[in-house]
Parts: sequence; C-alpha cells; structure tokens
Amino acid sequence: MSVVLALVAVALAGASGLPGLVLPRDDAAADRSAALLLGLAALCGAAATALVAVAGAEQTLALPWRVLGERIEVGLDGLSAFFLLPTLGIASVASLYAVAYWPARSHVRSARRLRLAFGLIAGGAGLVVIARHAFAFLAGWEIMALAAFFSITAEDERDVVRRAGFIYLACTRASTLALFGAFAALHSVDAGFALRARPALDLDTSRALFGLAFVGFALKAGAMPLHLWLPGAHATAPTHVSAVLSGMLLKIGIYGIVRFASLLPPLAVSDGVFVLVLGMASAVLGVAFALGQHELKRLLAYHSVENIGIILMGVGLALLGRTLGHPEVEQLGLAGALLHVWNHALFKALLFLGAGSVIRQSASGEIDRLGGLARRLPLTALAFGLGAVAICGLPPLNGFVSELLVYLGLLRASLLTGGALGLLAVSGVAALALVGGLAAACFVKAFGVVFLGEPRTAAAAGAREAPPVMLVAMALLALACGVLGVAPQLAVPCLEAAIRSFDPGLAPRLRDAAPFGSISIAAAGLLVSVVAMAAWARWRRLRYAPRTVTWDCGYAAPSPRMQYTSSSFAAGLVGLFRWALRPQLEAPHFGAGPFPLPAGLHTELPDPVLDRLTLPAARWLVHASTWFRWVQRGRVHSYVFYILVAILVGFLAARGGLG
Amino acid sequence: MSGVETAVHLAVILLVPPLLLGVIQRTKARVAGRRGAPLLQPYYDLVKLARKDVVLSRTTTWVFVAGPAVGVATAVLASLLVPFGERVAPLSFAGDLVLFAYLFGLGRFFTVAAALDTGSSFEGMGGAREVTFSALAEPALFLALLVLVTLHGNLSLSGVLGEDTGARWVTAVAPVALASMSLFVVLLAENSRIPFDDPTTHLELTMIHEVMVLDHSGPLLGAVLWGAAQKLFVQSALLARILVPLPDGPAPLRWACFLAAVLALGVVIGMVEATMARLRLRQVPMLLIAASLLSAFGIVLLVR
Repeated sequence: MSVVLALVAVALAGASGLPGLVLPRDDAAADRSAALLLGLAALCGAAATALVAVAGAEQTLALPWRVLGERIEVGLDGLSAFFLLPTLGIASVASLYAVAYWPARSHVRSARRLRLAFGLIAGGAGLVVIARHAFAFLAGWEIMALAAFFSITAEDERDVVRRAGFIYLACTRASTLALFGAFAALHSVDAGFALRARPALDLDTSRALFGLAFVGFALKAGAMPLHLWLPGAHATAPTHVSAVLSGMLLKIGIYGIVRFASLLPPLAVSDGVFVLVLGMASAVLGVAFALGQHELKRLLAYHSVENIGIILMGVGLALLGRTLGHPEVEQLGLAGALLHVWNHALFKALLFLGAGSVIRQSASGEIDRLGGLARRLPLTALAFGLGAVAICGLPPLNGFVSELLVYLGLLRASLLTGGALGLLAVSGVAALALVGGLAAACFVKAFGVVFLGEPRTAAAAGAREAPPVMLVAMALLALACGVLGVAPQLAVPCLEAAIRSFDPGLAPRLRDAAPFGSISIAAAGLLVSVVAMAAWARWRRLRYAPRTVTWDCGYAAPSPRMQYTSSSFAAGLVGLFRWALRPQLEAPHFGAGPFPLPAGLHTELPDPVLDRLTLPAARWLVHASTWFRWVQRGRVHSYVFYILVAILVGFLAARGGLG
Repeated sequence: MSGVETAVHLAVILLVPPLLLGVIQRTKARVAGRRGAPLLQPYYDLVKLARKDVVLSRTTTWVFVAGPAVGVATAVLASLLVPFGERVAPLSFAGDLVLFAYLFGLGRFFTVAAALDTGSSFEGMGGAREVTFSALAEPALFLALLVLVTLHGNLSLSGVLGEDTGARWVTAVAPVALASMSLFVVLLAENSRIPFDDPTTHLELTMIHEVMVLDHSGPLLGAVLWGAAQKLFVQSALLARILVPLPDGPAPLRWACFLAAVLALGVVIGMVEATMARLRLRQVPMLLIAASLLSAFGIVLLVR
C-alpha cells in the first residue's frame, strides 16, 4: 500500500507539467493544474510517509516486466520515506508560488518548458528515493539532473544563465559518471545491480565503493570543494527553481551518501573522520563566502554550502559511531543530519521564496540597492525574518533543534572517544559555534539591509506587497518551521524509522538521547514572552508614539545612501577571513590634483574553486588538446569509421579478456 | 526544583542585576578617587526611564521595539539554565549549554536588527562590530564550557556547575583556571565592558553597544539597560559558580554566598575597567582568539 502510494505520488509529480502542453501557452489554468497535481503528489507522499513511520508499513514491489533481463524493484522504507516527504512537499509549495511568480501569461516563451522540467525534477528525485535497483536509481537521477538543467536555463537568452547552466551540466555529468562507476564496481563485486545490503563485503572494497559514490553524491550535494556549480545555478535560476534546487536537489545527494553507506558494512574510522572534516570545512568556508556576497540569491546559495556542511558533520558522526560501536553517537549524528535535511529544506525554501518576492516587487536582488522593504512588504519581511532566525539555528525555530542534535553527537563523541578523535569532536563543536556566529552575522546583515532602514533606490521605495498566492506559499513554510521548532517530537517517528533502515542493528531511542521535551518548554517560554511583549506594546500604545527623525548628530541633510551597506557591515569579518576569501578590491582613485575626481569602489569575491582553479584548468585543457582536433574533420563518413574502429577494438579487447 | 526555588531564582534575575552595575560603577569611582553615584543609581535610572514617554524614529518598524524586548526575554530564559544558589537550575537537560549560548545569540540578532531598523549609519556600524566580535566570542564560550564538560563528563550546565567544583579545583587546577580566564574575557566582550568597549564613552564612532541603542528612548531604553544588566549578571553567575564553590548548608547561606561571589566579581570587573584602557578595535579579535586558545589548551590538558 505505502509503496503504491509513493509510486502514484512520483507519477503525479512527474506528470504535473503535462496538462500545460495541451493548454494554450498563456493559459493560467496550466500553472494551476501543475500546482494542483504537485499538491496531490505531496499529499500522497505524506500519506505514504505516515504509513511507514507510524504503522511501520515498509514494502518493496517488483515491476511486472524485466528491463535488460533485470528485475526492477522499488520500495519504501524509513529512509526513503524520510526524503520523499520534503522532495514532494517543497516542490508542491514552490509550484504554488510559481502560479504568481512565473505566470504563463508573462513568460509565454519559457513557462511551458519550465513547468514540464520542474515537475520532472520532483518526479525524478522521487524515483531516486524509492529505487531499489541501480537502473531505476540512475534513470531517476538522470531525469532529475537533466530536468534541473532545463529549469536552471529557463531564461537562456541571458548570458549568465547559459554560463551557469553549462557549468551545472558539466558537474552533473561528472557526478553521473562517478555513479555509473560506483554501480558498475558494485556489479563486478557480486554480479548484482539491486540496492540491497552487502554485509559480507571486505573493508577495502567497501571503502573504494563508498569513495567513488561519495564523489558523485557530494558533487550533487555541493560540499565545499565540489560546490562550483552551486552559487551560479542558484543565483540565475528562476527563484522557485532555486528554492527546489537548494531545498531538495542537494538533499538527494545526501540521500545517496546515506543510502550507499547503509548498504555497505561499517567503514574505516578514517572515512568517518574524512566526512566530518569535509563537513566542518564546508560549513565554515560556506558561511564565510556568504558574508562577502552582494547578491541576495548568491548569498543564500553559499549558505546552502554551509548547511550541507552541517549535515555532512552529522553523517560523519553517524559513520564514526557505527564503526566504533557507539550507538548513541551514531543515532544523534544521523538524527541531526536527517532533521537538518528537513529543516534546511523548509527554511532555505522559505528564504528563497522571500528573496524572490523581493526581486519581483523591487526589480533587484542587489542587497545594497534595497532597504526599507519591511514597511512596504510587511508579510514578506516577517516570513524572511523567520527564515533568517531559523537558518541561524536560533531558538525557538526548527534550525536550533537539528543543530543541537549535531552538537550533542559531537559532545558525546568527545566524551566517549578521547584522544585524537576526542579533540576532533571538540574542534567540531568550536567550528559549529563559529558557524553559528557567522551565520547570525550574515543573516542579520541580509535581513537588516534589505528590509530595514530607508530604501536606497526609487524602485525599492515604490515596492508593494507580493500577491496572496506567494504569501500563502511562504506562510506554509514558515508555519512548518515554527511547528518543528516548538514540537520536534512530531518528527521522531520518521527519524527513528529512517535510522532503523540505515542500521537495522540499532534500536534508536531518540526521546532518551535528545531533550525534545525541554526544547519545547524553552520554545514555549519564548513564544509566551513574545505574546507578553506584544501585549505590553499595545498597552503602552507604542504605535501612536510621537515620531521624529533618526538621530543623525544634527547633520542637516541625511540621505538613504549614507546608511551602512551590506559590504561595510561584513567588512570586518571578510577581513578576518581574508586568507581564505581573497577578496578583490578596486580602490577608488581620486586623482592627484587639488580637486578630487569622481571615483568608485568595487569589491568582489571570486569563488576559489570555480574562478581560480577549475576554469583556468579547463582553459589549459582546451588549449593543450587542440592538436587532437585533426580527427574532427566534419565529415560524417569519417565519424562512422571511428565508431566502427571503436567497436572493433572493444570487441577484440573483450574477446581477449575471455580467452 | 520546587516552585519556591524557581520563584526565588526569578526574583533574583529580575531584581538584582542593576545592583551589579551599581557595584561596578562604584568600584570604578572609588579606584579613580571619586565618591561615585549611589549603589542603587541604576534602579533610579530604570524607574525614571519607565515613567517617560517613547519617541520613535519615522524609519522604524516593529523590529525596533522587538530588540529590547527580546533582549530581556532571552536573558531571563538563559538565567533559568544556570544554577544560582541551588545545585540544579530550574531548567536543566543534556545540551542546555547550547541553548544557553544560542539564547544570547537570539537576543543579539534582534538587538542588531533593531539597530539597523533606524537606518542610521552609526547604529549600523555598532551592529557590524557587535556581530564581528560575538562571532569570535562564540567559539571561546563553547570551548570554555567544553573544558568543564570534559572534566565532569556531563552535558548540562547544572551538571558541570552543581556538584563538586571545589574538588575539581584541587584535581584539575590548570584546565579550570584556563577556562575561567577564557570565560572572563568572553564576559567582558559579550557585555561590552572595557577593554572591548567603554560603556560610558560619549563619541558615537568609538562605541559598540551604546551606539546600537542611540534611538531607543524611555521605557524601551530602560528595557535595553535592564536586559544588558541581566545578561551581565547571568554570565557573571556562570563564572562565579566556577570560581566559588557553593557551601553545603541551608538555602539562605547558599544564596548569600552566591550573591556575594557575583558582586565580588563585579568588583573585579570594576577594577579592570578602572585600571585598563580600551583596546584598539583591530586588536579585539586577537584577544578573543587568544581566549579560544586558552580553553583549547585546557581541553588538551584533559584529553589523554
């Protein structure tokens, strides 16, 4: 029953763009039907997840036909269900948002294609999550990855969009290549393509398999050195697509890592250490790069790198705990990572949708061209502010709960292991604390400069509140953030089911390991004080308090351009991370004469992996391989000849192998 | 923890913090050779501010009012995690030290947001300094608490402060001393005291905390001062509980001992303020990183 529901949900999501193909290009009904189908898909997915988590209805189902002689299975266990819910949920909320954000009427050229690709991302991701066979997994993976390419390049008339799209395409091909390699290697070990546990594998083989798969999955998840496609794609895609990319596509990479690790026997200690250290680097550097960004969506994209880092820290702890036989560390790490998957999906989607609303209403995503939007878009400001508090991991919202679980895992690990591992866990705590402080700095900057103060441009001054549909989509996400923050117990059945399918030998007792009840009490205390403060403000009639100008030291002509900008706000911290960020500064030149000339200041933060490493390397590679061009004659019959030669060579090699 | 003890705890956190400010100010005055304001002056200030009217900037929104209010609420909630005159705090659970740190983070988020809400470049500057220094203070705080966690094998503040701090002073002098020094630096930085910030400075360009609240007036300013005093009191209480073990005895003796320790710490802060000049702003990060390193050494000493 549960797996059938999941299949129906995946099919509904994948088909959500189909009605639009037969409706007129500018018909709003197409948008609404896509949102409706995705909404139904999310409801089916939620029902399936509830069946698995509450009733324990884990199932597998074999497809009634064979593909290339293989029996294809799909299934729904705790882990699949845990990822299926945010996959479909975020996609459905984003498609609801798109009804007003990307209406068919004003995007006649791209709306139909985008709608189709958008549904296919969700459908492909759903298939990945429920696949129990390498063929189904890779098929879903490819559908998702390519549909994401077509969604990112919806506005392909813009140069930056094409560039970001091609970088994404190159990365996703590389990731698929690594996965093909991993599954082929799995097949060569025991002649099976099925995704089932292989407890008898020896350590070296499983480490090699995990390493190969990890590269492919981490490329998709956007962990720090492999994040090169992420900022550009998130910044240039339509905003509801960015929300889905960040909220769900990255998480499929995490799903792959967790699923693959669950199939293998416990790995070596150094693997867990590697994932943990990679997570720490990703988290600290991701937030440091976010601090220096000038564009709202690019800033949010770098925060995805940070949050993937926090998730990987939890995954690393889980791997360590499993290897070392510390079930408490294992369940806390995994629970923290998984809950952070949900939480990040919720608040990052919320923040992207808020950013989209800002961009749509004020025609700019440049942080330093905005300002004062809280008076003009009050509800968007409230939603973005809630998302900002949540992503900083501050109570009483959901981000706090998952970060606390990761903290607890690290603390337990430091107490249980001692020695070098203990010190590693301690540095993990320090890194997470630093990330918390930096994230708060970054989001108070983004929220403050965009929404508070005075508008810096006329466009920002004339902005109006977003349409109701967009507000409803944001309200749904904000509500979910609040509910998971105040009552995290609600997620415990789903978490425990997922942990059980990760490691069947582990009997998770999260309610004993994590202080959910006390978190609820503290969160409720905060909510009560918010209500009390609002009542006090009403009683003091603060709304009618006399109004005057902001204190300006008596200066006669203050202008909005004198406000602190996001660059100046972050300058101190960017300076402290100069060794890693290497900001480029074009200092103003006022000229040598007695009268200064007009001058400008320009700062930029090039991405180290993309702009300093990958692109120069790619240019060098293109240059170095020009001599190879002589085979490219542009004549079809010579190409056919090449193919024949390749087949012959392969055939001979295979025969030689057999003989 | 019974209802009476929680009520006493709440009464202390609501009423005593301004006295700590008074003690610090009186110490500073005495060391400088002045007579100084009455010990109860901060209370008179709060009462005066509470009776005044509010004037708001035309630029501000609800965030401006939320800043001081969240500051008070988070400080009171954070105090519930620290045992004052008892062995166990009113609210205690494994990992509550994370909540302790993050509650102050929430308060800071709204204080800085309220500063940015005015659109003043002075207040933006103060906010930028506040978040920069606190981002560095956060790891120092966590590492200092981790020394205690490693020492006691317990993950709650009540667990590491409640039982046998006195015995630990004997068995692990160096780590506890290092952690205490680190916590003292964090205490001064987080509460904008000299050498990080001068609470009595009169030039906007040199301020950190004071410049963020330039536009708050009347009861709102009172709430800012009250919340700041509570934050100072809670963090001093944490340090005082490490430095001065609680005696075994009846409740009044324990509470008196606790309050005496906190006020004595106030005297120490006053002495520091009276004898030191503030650091140049670009040297502040170095001191905070040094505080983290002190605690890191403490942990290295403990981990074998």
